Amino acid sequence: MLRELQAAFRTGILDDRPDAALALIGGAPDTAARRLALYRNNTLGSLAIALAAAFPVVERLVGPDFFRAAARRFVAEAPPQAPQLLAYGGDFPAFLDGFQPARSLPYLGDVARLEWARNEAWFAGEAARLTAADLASVPPDRLAARVLTLHPAVRLVASTFPIDRIWRVNQPEHETVARVDLAAGGETVLVYRAAGGAVVQETLSPGGHALVAALADGQTLGQAAEAAVMAEPGLDLQARLAGLIAGGCFAAD
Amino acid sequence: MADLRFAPAPIPASAGIGLRHAHVPDFLAERPAAGWIEVHSENYLVPLGPAGGGPRLQALETLRRDYPVSCHGVGLSLGSADGLDPAHLRRLADLYRRIQPGLVSEHLAWSVADGTYLNDLLPLPYTEEALQTVARNVDRAQEAFGRQILVENPSSYIAFPGADMPEWDFLAELVRRTGCGLLLDVNNIHVSAHNHGFDPDPYLDALPLDAVGEIHVAGHFIHETPAETLLIDDHGSPVSDAVWALLARTLARAGRRPVLVEWDTELPPLSVLMGEREKAESLLLAWSGTEPETRHVA
Repeated sequence: MLRELQAAFRTGILDDRPDAALALIGGAPDTAARRLALYRNNTLGSLAIALAAAFPVVERLVGPDFFRAAARRFVAEAPPQAPQLLAYGGDFPAFLDGFQPARSLPYLGDVARLEWARNEAWFAGEAARLTAADLASVPPDRLAARVLTLHPAVRLVASTFPIDRIWRVNQPEHETVARVDLAAGGETVLVYRAAGGAVVQETLSPGGHALVAALADGQTLGQAAEAAVMAEPGLDLQARLAGLIAGGCFAAD
Repeated sequence: MADLRFAPAPIPASAGIGLRHAHVPDFLAERPAAGWIEVHSENYLVPLGPAGGGPRLQALETLRRDYPVSCHGVGLSLGSADGLDPAHLRRLADLYRRIQPGLVSEHLAWSVADGTYLNDLLPLPYTEEALQTVARNVDRAQEAFGRQILVENPSSYIAFPGADMPEWDFLAELVRRTGCGLLLDVNNIHVSAHNHGFDPDPYLDALPLDAVGEIHVAGHFIHETPAETLLIDDHGSPVSDAVWALLARTLARAGRRPVLVEWDTELPPLSVLMGEREKAESLLLAWSGTEPETRHVA
């Protein structure tokens, strides 16, 4: 009986097919319907609020009413599978890609990917970080064969839209309306967590992108350096690598 | 193996606050006088690596060093007919091993059906079948955590026909069968009493008050429609006079207990919440006549 009741409530709340639940609640039909609707609104509304907390820039881009409607649709289609809301929302960017009412904002899904990457970076585990001295202690003839492991909080988000600029002009402290030229080209954003705990993002040049992508792929430093210079012949490889180390982007062995 | 980084810090019979993220920076900066704090366990279920767990968990560990901490689970779903989610149980057990909270609590409700988490505390029918299910789940949780848990009485908007017993007998029998304690939410009693038309005082009298390890108070919303007036447990306003009065009557019956003020929606500045905590503290003083064991942090 209890299992049937819970299945009926699940359907009544998520699918808006309340008949089975209403039959179990009994009493005056109006009262039962009104009270079941309270639970439905609590569930969908609280999950929409949880998504808004993870995707504040998307919410600012589309406005709170539009966001709430989109989020409720997403929740009904892909409700959380675990009571761990910090991990809920990873599929929201892909949902936005296909969300017809938002098709006039083709960059929305990638902005959401950037926000989710920041979210993951914030909640990722900690690990000891590789220092410049660690790397200096590797004999030069062994350096090229060295594999560098990214710190658990490092994320890479590539887009054909200028997502870093869109993200920056939509921060709460940015009060004036800014124009972002969508034709200016795509941006690849590196997201990481500084040693002090702050989540940081910066755009990568094509060479920097190739370097981090190759290292993330498990390639050796030599292979990654080759890929980087191939993608961007003028890249200052040493400075780029030093910047990543200074940001704490690699885990110590 | 137990993590012994923290000395035991039992929750004192004084007033504490439910600490939410938005207040954590102010709380860490000001270190206000509060007997203890309570957090929602699920908000700290971050990946628990050997070398940390991210800044959010680090903040909780910092707080744990200076305040007794109670962990209040909102997602274990003790009422699920499908049983408890083993992965979630393990995540919670890992957190509790790490934080060593003074109290651990959950709700008499369900939130998971067919593997879907509904993020709400949904009502149970008070039948013998449901009692057996909840008792089995409480046993399982207490075994996994290696400790007693407190179970909180719910607020609800639906009471199912065909119940075998009232809510208070259900809770009393759950305590008898599992050895769990009770988290008595006085606001929930007030809300449910109004919504279902029962008298809160006989509810209190029917409970085994010795089993009450903690009391909650919070604000509720009065939802008026042409058809009816419902009380909604939204934790979004100051505690009402009626709930303060019910708290006083509860303390008169049960004696001094840890009292927590919760505020979850329309979060006010931390100082407003601390003001509500002061009110709870004065009620505790009035009913004990002695100085509560408030921990003042330098």
